[in-house]
Amino acid sequence: MDTFTLGLVVIAYLLAIGYLGYKGYKHTVNARDYLLAGSNIHPFIMAMSYGATFISTSAIIGFGGIAGIYGMGLIWLTFLNIFVGIFIAFVFFGRRTRKIGHNLDAHTFPEFLGKRFQSKGIQTTCGAIIFIAMPLYAAVVLIGGARFIESIFNIDFSIALIFFSLVIAAYVIAGGLKGVMYTDALQATIMFLSLFFLLVVTYVKLGGITGAHEALTNMAALVPESLQAQGHMGWTVFPKFNSGWWWALTTSIILGVGIGVLAQPQLVVRFMTVKSNRELNRAVLVGGIFIFVATGFVFTVGALTNLHFYNETGQLAIQAAQGNVDLIIPEYINSAMPSWFVYLFMLALLSAGMSTLSSQFHTMGTALGRDVVQNLFPNKKINTMMITRLGVVVAILVSISIGYQLPISIIARGTAIFFGICAATFLPAYFAALYWKRVTRAAAKWSIYTGLLASVFALAFMHQKESAPLGICKAIFGKDALFDTFPWMIVDPMLIAMPLSIIVLVVVSYLTSGIDEEHLEKCMKGIK
Amino acid sequence: MFGIEDPVIFIGYLLTVLSLILCIVYGAVNWNKGDDPKGEDLETDVQWAEKEEEIESQI
Repeated sequence: MDTFTLGLVVIAYLLAIGYLGYKGYKHTVNARDYLLAGSNIHPFIMAMSYGATFISTSAIIGFGGIAGIYGMGLIWLTFLNIFVGIFIAFVFFGRRTRKIGHNLDAHTFPEFLGKRFQSKGIQTTCGAIIFIAMPLYAAVVLIGGARFIESIFNIDFSIALIFFSLVIAAYVIAGGLKGVMYTDALQATIMFLSLFFLLVVTYVKLGGITGAHEALTNMAALVPESLQAQGHMGWTVFPKFNSGWWWALTTSIILGVGIGVLAQPQLVVRFMTVKSNRELNRAVLVGGIFIFVATGFVFTVGALTNLHFYNETGQLAIQAAQGNVDLIIPEYINSAMPSWFVYLFMLALLSAGMSTLSSQFHTMGTALGRDVVQNLFPNKKINTMMITRLGVVVAILVSISIGYQLPISIIARGTAIFFGICAATFLPAYFAALYWKRVTRAAAKWSIYTGLLASVFALAFMHQKESAPLGICKAIFGKDALFDTFPWMIVDPMLIAMPLSIIVLVVVSYLTSGIDEEHLEKCMKGIK
Repeated sequence: MFGIEDPVIFIGYLLTVLSLILCIVYGAVNWNKGDDPKGEDLETDVQWAEKEEEIESQI
């Protein structure tokens, strides 16, 4: 890899992004003029901007690598990404979120829940959860970019991580937080084209669609015995029903991430910024196509990397990646793609990282400034702006330092943990806020507490993948997981915590009263 | 079909493509539906956007 050429490409890309950002800033009219002018943000721009925030280096590098291990079963995650993450999200969550958010003058996700349930406690709690938990997700997104740099330059991971982090931090501090939609759309377009090309070239090189799939099917006998014992039956076959691999793939990877997207704070706020429902309708079309390519293509390629590495080196993908799932896609691109594509893919990963991380840091900053500090000290003259900026800087530093601490093969797992916590903690109350008029403030509050506590408990004491390295369960009970009967130590925490959160929401709603009809009318005003 | 024998994987791909078609058809059919806000709704939206602008300018 030619470092000089790559450096030039990256600098040219950053200049282009900077130019677009400046142009967008210069042509910005004020909000009132914009809304009264009758113009719309082009649906392509809006949908691509949402897509760029949704799809990060985690999806491409982390989950692409997971497909290299589990095989094509990951396509079920793409199905949920399109059906739940786009269709359900835009059609059933987007419109009401936008309308209620505007009616209540809410500008962040915690503020939305807090104002809907007339509880500053809810806003503060949700803000604190986001500020504390989201750095894990931001850290794995940083790792995604760093693993690619590590692979193509064959340099130490810690150097790659600091390089990627510095570029992202410079972008964020130089104005990336403003989330200029045109830069997001350019970034999404680069991602789209790169992943499209990646799949096409992969099929061409491996003998066409059917030929490649058949050859991969025929490799089933090469699955190591240790993996066969856990339920792995090949890369074009779903894991054996009720096996360890089946539970891990189905509950953590597919359901945890597939459903968790509905309660992602940085995505929910996007619904409030659109001008009308028409834009949401149009975004369904563009967003559906984008997610189909951005996840479906890379997951398919992930599985097929096994065929490439076997043909070339006689190894499976995970062996070629030195046992690190997060290196499967980088090693594949380095090994199978033309060198010019490596440059393009580097820009795709920078794009994926920049667009997602800037919205994550924005969300964490406002969570600390607007949702926590402003609420805790309403009567004191605290400079919220400074606290928010400080929140962004702290979030960046904490995310980078977490990135250094995390083990290998962590990107997909870290993402799944964060999405699972969001689903269990926020989703039942968020859904009820939109659709269930009977829900009470107390019910929402207890549902959020239950979802959070149950998630933390399940992570620390039940789900062996986390409870074993954490060691708390071992210290107290003398074993890695509290329930060591199959499958309880493998079932994802979200599948335990979210039902509990839903039950508490419903039961407490019927046990308590105190629905303010006037407030409810204000919330739902204009909703048909 | 297409070299994939496991029906679970095949159904996964099928549902993925059907979801994609659903998104395309829904977006196309509703392309012009959902009018711009008017009257009181528009004023609410304008006030929201002005506040958002103020918050953004502080970051």
